[in-house]
Amino acid sequence: MSAQWDLAVIGAGPAGMTAAMTAARLGLKVGLLDEQPRPGGQIYRNPAQPTPEVLEALGEDYAHGMKLIERFRAADIDYRPGATVWDVTADGEIAFLRDGVAGEIRARHVLLATGAIERPVPVPGWTLPGAMTVGAAQILLKTGGYVPDHPAVLVGGGPLLYLVAWQYLKAGAQIGAILETVPRSNLWSALPHAPGMLRQGRLLAKGRRWLRDLRAARVRRIRGVTDVRIEGDGAAEAVSFQARGRRQTIQTPLVLLHEGVIPNTHVSLALGLEHGWNDVQQWWQPRLDEWGRADKTGFSVAGDGAGIWGAEAAEHLGLLAAHGAAMALGGDSLDQTGVAEARTALNAAAGARAFLDRFYRPARSQRVPAADDTIACRCEEVTAGQVRHAARLGALGLTQAKAYTRCGMGPCQGRLCAPTVSALIAETRGLDDADVPAYRPRPPFKPVTLGALAAPAFRAKAG
Amino acid sequence: MFRRLETAGRVETVTVSVGGKPVTLPRGETAAAALVAAGEAVGRTTPVTGAPRGPYCMMGVCFDCLVMIDGAPNRQACMIEIREGMRIDRQDGARRLGG
Repeated sequence: MSAQWDLAVIGAGPAGMTAAMTAARLGLKVGLLDEQPRPGGQIYRNPAQPTPEVLEALGEDYAHGMKLIERFRAADIDYRPGATVWDVTADGEIAFLRDGVAGEIRARHVLLATGAIERPVPVPGWTLPGAMTVGAAQILLKTGGYVPDHPAVLVGGGPLLYLVAWQYLKAGAQIGAILETVPRSNLWSALPHAPGMLRQGRLLAKGRRWLRDLRAARVRRIRGVTDVRIEGDGAAEAVSFQARGRRQTIQTPLVLLHEGVIPNTHVSLALGLEHGWNDVQQWWQPRLDEWGRADKTGFSVAGDGAGIWGAEAAEHLGLLAAHGAAMALGGDSLDQTGVAEARTALNAAAGARAFLDRFYRPARSQRVPAADDTIACRCEEVTAGQVRHAARLGALGLTQAKAYTRCGMGPCQGRLCAPTVSALIAETRGLDDADVPAYRPRPPFKPVTLGALAAPAFRAKAG
Repeated sequence: MFRRLETAGRVETVTVSVGGKPVTLPRGETAAAALVAAGEAVGRTTPVTGAPRGPYCMMGVCFDCLVMIDGAPNRQACMIEIREGMRIDRQDGARRLGG
């Protein structure tokens, strides 16, 4: 018999952990499935053996995450780490893999807290070993204290880029350069939202401190960078770019890319929840009510998976979504104070978010490859030119382009190429991004072997 | 590409093999971190053109860190924690069935 929960939370980042703790306090029988071996999500990705040197480099926000994790571990939650969810049905049956063995759980309500992924940065050479995302490099820092052994070059824009540069500085690693690709004209669309940003004093002070420390350390920052190419034979050796009217090249074996994060909508899209296009963040997000509930009964979404709000807001969204789920299940105990506090904090965060999203909105050239021979789909090595050709032949979205070119058909199932492919189709067909339908993932969400599916039956037989 | 920060404290370690070479690193790290610690930028070559690839996202999204683990193909190195004696090998081209 499979277990039965009132609420199943998928994902143990700040939104999922807070939602689970809140729901448990409200009297629900709560379980949480997470793919990682330890709670924290990607933002508070949590080393098995934290060392003082790494914690020092990561700073105070990470220390806050460690406290949240401690509270989560002490709460009354059926927490199942190392569980890869590969299917969720409309009636709340969740199939997962744990230690290579398939398992199933049924829940009356399912809350997706699957967080964010980094936006793909499809520039020429981005598939070369040695080209990776800034977030990937930060995960290596968080989990193992790894820092570049040669001066790395960071390319792109957004808060994470400067945070990681600053963390490297604190850890004593050298930075070759920061190449800033965000268009300076973004300031004009962001400016009307400046008051909201200015009201977030703590956030602003943090950003100012990173930039001041980087300046004091004489880290080279090059603004107005366009036409980025990663060069090398079999691995990254250099990055070249256009800035101040001339082409420049910096030798480096490590190029770290970042153009912001987008909601991880793989499961919410697969479930067929209604989504809307967010034109500022340039990706889809589920349409939710004020309690985080989706259009389909029995499903909620909280945290960055519902639209990028950041780690702090994710905790508030998690608290609200737990209440929404409890109410949907007929509960009437409400933490009035907690809800009011969460709403106030979210209103304040929304002001800063409106500014940041517009200020760091990626340049089109970093999002949509100009050259036809740049790879759009890493798994199947489908180029931008092949996708454009498919769009001219009539492909309306990734789902058709897949049949024409195999893009999105590899093991990542379109997670990484969908933003690029959709943008290429929109461009070729002269449509708005919102008019190219979102891709529709199907289960299994992650590859499952027949052996894993058969394992429980074999065990039962053997037992 | 990377080096590890020195730590004054004691850390429990695990020894794995990366392409037959023994690598010792802290317990709790991933197979992808073991590639990095071994100085291996490449974890696989692609099935389509045979191009070399290494870890890109480190969070289970991109599948570019697929490797062979203890002889089983198509394992996401960034999502798998190391164990004593684990064999991590390069995956060249398309995976073989029944591996």
